[in-house]
Amino acid sequence: MTTQVQQNAEAGVVIENLNLSFGNTHVLKGVNLSIHQGEFFAFLGPSGSGKSTLLRAIAGFGPTPSGRILIEGRDIADLTPWQRDVGMVFQTYALWPHMTVRRNVAFGLEERKIPRKEINERVDRVLEMVGLLKLADRRPSQLSGGQQQRIALARTLVVEPKVLLLDEPLSNLDANLRIQMRREIRELQQKLKLTTIFVTHDQEEANTTSDRMAVLDQGVIQQIGSPMDLYDKPDNLFVAKFLGATNIIQGTVMRDSADQRMFRTDSGTVIPLVDDTAVGGKIVFRPQNVEIRSAVAGAGVEGTGLSGVVHHTEFLGSIIRYGVDVNGDDVLVDHTHRYGESVFRTGDRVELTIAPEGILLLEG
Amino acid sequence: MALRLAGVQRGPAVVGLLIAIFLLLFLLIPVGKVIVVAFQHPATGEATIVNFLDFFNNSLFRESFANSFYVAAMSVLVASIISMPLAYFTTRFNFGGTALIQTLGIIPLIMPPFVGAVAMQLLFGENGSVNLLLDEWFGFTLPFMEGLNGVIFVESIHYFPFILINLSAALGNIDRAMEESAQNLGANGLRLFRRIVFPLAMPGYVAGAALVFIKVFDDLGTPLLLNVNTMLAPQAYLRVSSIGISDPMGYVISVILVGFSLLSLWISLMALKGKDYATVQKGGGGLMKRDLRTWEKAGSYAVIIFILLLVLSPHFGLLLLSFGTIWSFAVLPDAFTLAHYATVFSTATQYIVNTLWYAGLAALLDVILGTAIAYVVWRTELVGRRWLDYGATAALAVPGVVIGIGYLRTFHGVNVPLIDQPLASWWVIIVVAITIRRLPYALRSCIAAIQQLSVSLEEAAENLGATKARTVWRVVIPLMSGGILAGFVTSFATAAVELSATLMLVARESDAPLAYGIYEFMQSAAGRGPGAALGVVAVLFVGIGAYVSHLIIERGKYARSAKSIVAEES
Ligand SMILES: Nc1ncnc2c1ncn2[C@@H]1O[C@H](COP(=O)(O)OP(=O)(O)O)[C@@H](O)[C@H]1O
Ligand SMILES: [Mg+2]
Repeated sequence: MTTQVQQNAEAGVVIENLNLSFGNTHVLKGVNLSIHQGEFFAFLGPSGSGKSTLLRAIAGFGPTPSGRILIEGRDIADLTPWQRDVGMVFQTYALWPHMTVRRNVAFGLEERKIPRKEINERVDRVLEMVGLLKLADRRPSQLSGGQQQRIALARTLVVEPKVLLLDEPLSNLDANLRIQMRREIRELQQKLKLTTIFVTHDQEEANTTSDRMAVLDQGVIQQIGSPMDLYDKPDNLFVAKFLGATNIIQGTVMRDSADQRMFRTDSGTVIPLVDDTAVGGKIVFRPQNVEIRSAVAGAGVEGTGLSGVVHHTEFLGSIIRYGVDVNGDDVLVDHTHRYGESVFRTGDRVELTIAPEGILLLEG
Repeated sequence: MALRLAGVQRGPAVVGLLIAIFLLLFLLIPVGKVIVVAFQHPATGEATIVNFLDFFNNSLFRESFANSFYVAAMSVLVASIISMPLAYFTTRFNFGGTALIQTLGIIPLIMPPFVGAVAMQLLFGENGSVNLLLDEWFGFTLPFMEGLNGVIFVESIHYFPFILINLSAALGNIDRAMEESAQNLGANGLRLFRRIVFPLAMPGYVAGAALVFIKVFDDLGTPLLLNVNTMLAPQAYLRVSSIGISDPMGYVISVILVGFSLLSLWISLMALKGKDYATVQKGGGGLMKRDLRTWEKAGSYAVIIFILLLVLSPHFGLLLLSFGTIWSFAVLPDAFTLAHYATVFSTATQYIVNTLWYAGLAALLDVILGTAIAYVVWRTELVGRRWLDYGATAALAVPGVVIGIGYLRTFHGVNVPLIDQPLASWWVIIVVAITIRRLPYALRSCIAAIQQLSVSLEEAAENLGATKARTVWRVVIPLMSGGILAGFVTSFATAAVELSATLMLVARESDAPLAYGIYEFMQSAAGRGPGAALGVVAVLFVGIGAYVSHLIIERGKYARSAKSIVAEES
């Protein structure tokens, strides 16, 4: 227990065994997390998985949860939303239409009874920081989506909260602006070294911004780790699928005559495994870990070579994604596209090699 | 290209022109005439403000002016006091009383205030049921119906739903995130209410309050029936009906009534202007609601039931009056009888028949005009098309008394050829007056219907070979039919009880509609029973109408939600 408290002291946000229900609907189920001070942390999950609910519980909104939430080591269960000192940027920005930009941004400082002179300075500084000082006297309705987003951010940052909470902050912006804004948010966060939680359902957004992330499904945290860890070493099928295109093939583990561990798919294809310990009934591998080449007559079937027939091609720009039928299993293969290089067509016989270290064995 | 465009626009242009002529003849010219006469010297006809000086030099008129203003302002105040707790309950709490409150917001509107006025006197008057009981139990009485109090009481019970509906809508439209973000930044309680919730709901409240102010300021029937004549509308009516249409005071009063109506409308427009505070976005959905504790629930229900009793009292009183034999200096009538209904159905059926005709014709005209204007404004590029909308809507700012006086003055010299009598005393003019008065409501219905209609549905029809006219007939009108029908029913129901304009335009008893009949009956003590019976018939008309239009609108909502699913999928 003492060690835990010591840990908490350096952690920005700690959540212990959090459960939350709307009436009879159990929405968050035993959530445990620890977010470091100054870390950019993402909650990633499909719509309805409970990300907003979790974020709002940290801010003090929604039904009272059971379990503990600690911010910089302090349990905030008994604090009202206005005492918590966590800054939240709402998905819809929630800029008050009856106030100018300046009054919107000054609001939190006024509530904190900061002297007027200091308020003005801090508002100017934060508006300068988001690059919108010249729009200070406009109304929110006279701003573009991206500008509203920056003002919402400024309004929260100006009170210098302990934690910054962002609920799908980019979802109301168009695609180009989204990429620009996620960079800006990341840069601001780095500059201010602010503990930040970013909610999104878009894995690319989570990957590009966060230091670590938690993947949620149906109110349960599926896995926590850096974006690359989760992508390369998903703990379960849900995480594997949610983070990008993947091949999942059902079968059983067996040993060949040389006592080498092998995986025999239900359709009879045999694939060697390098990991000698993992168990499970499914192999999982990413399309880019598969090599594809023409099935040259007479070529051996040694190694992990599998033969199949191309039944589907998708041109995605930098890569071509092939769907290959291997004895009835559908295997996706990504092949880097280079100008002038020949491509396979539907019906071509091909041979596949799966990089053995790229194969994961999972239950499910 | 220009030629083709002209061809496409020709039909709408003709329709638009016809509507413009109609509005010009029956709204702008009569009202213009009233204004001109108000500024004309009665003898010489030169432009002058002497009539206005005369008006303000006359102590009776000064008093009437002050009274009208006082009554309208107090009615807004009392209506606000009734509405605020109700609006607060529905938007803040999860509780079953919400449906009850919504019903509460409709019941008063189905009975025109003048119909219930006499019944209210019998319930709340000096010797009315409530005061008799108060006196007996506690030894004191309250002057609910004393003079202006009576008008304020009856009007605020009748008109508070305008504030309730607008205020609830305004509160309900505030995105929860607006409130949460303020809490997140450190605000709570009263400060949060004062800085965020109140300013966001303000435009809705002001819009409702302005509407109540105009309605009360312009109302003729209620003060007349309560025998309060020192107010502006009754003075205008009495001057014109006793001295005649050449007396300038009726016109001066009309100009003042129109001026105040415009002022109120302007204030409510200003309140709403540039403040599209409908801040609910997807995921939002109104302010935070919480569950009530038991004692809070009990308190809320007590308030609601008290207001419900107040609101139902004119209905209840009217029923008692219509079934009672003699009711005077008693808590309840002495005995009950069906005789008043028998009287009504044997001697007063012409009122009912006339009303069915007038209201039916007026409502039909209203939806035809409303659909045509909505189409021209929203679907064509005609220059000046918005003015049709503004013109028709301007009727909102014209009190019935002013329409009445304007028509009398403008059309008394216009002879209708075949029947050889002045247009001003032909029954058709009553229909026209009602049509003009109800047009703004029907128009809103039709505009709402056409705005919900995706243009691509029409483009699809045109793409498949339908002409503009065919498209309107086969696609636009069928899809608008819900809104059109709702507009018809609302117009019909409210037209059935129109009093102020008809009071002036009815030339002979045989042309008189229901509202006029009620007014006539209620003038004498002996006529109150039959008058109340006729009032019950009127309430049934309006009540059934309101219910039917509610059903139509609900069905429309359902259809729309189905439509939005399609939109989301595409
Ligand atoms: N106010 C509420 N009342 C009842 N259920 C709710 C409420 N808000 C959210 N939920 C439910 O909680 C679950 C998680 O919702 P949410 O946290 O908004 O998901 P996410 O943000 O991940 O899309 C959903 O199943 C949703 O239906
Ligand atoms: Mg969400």
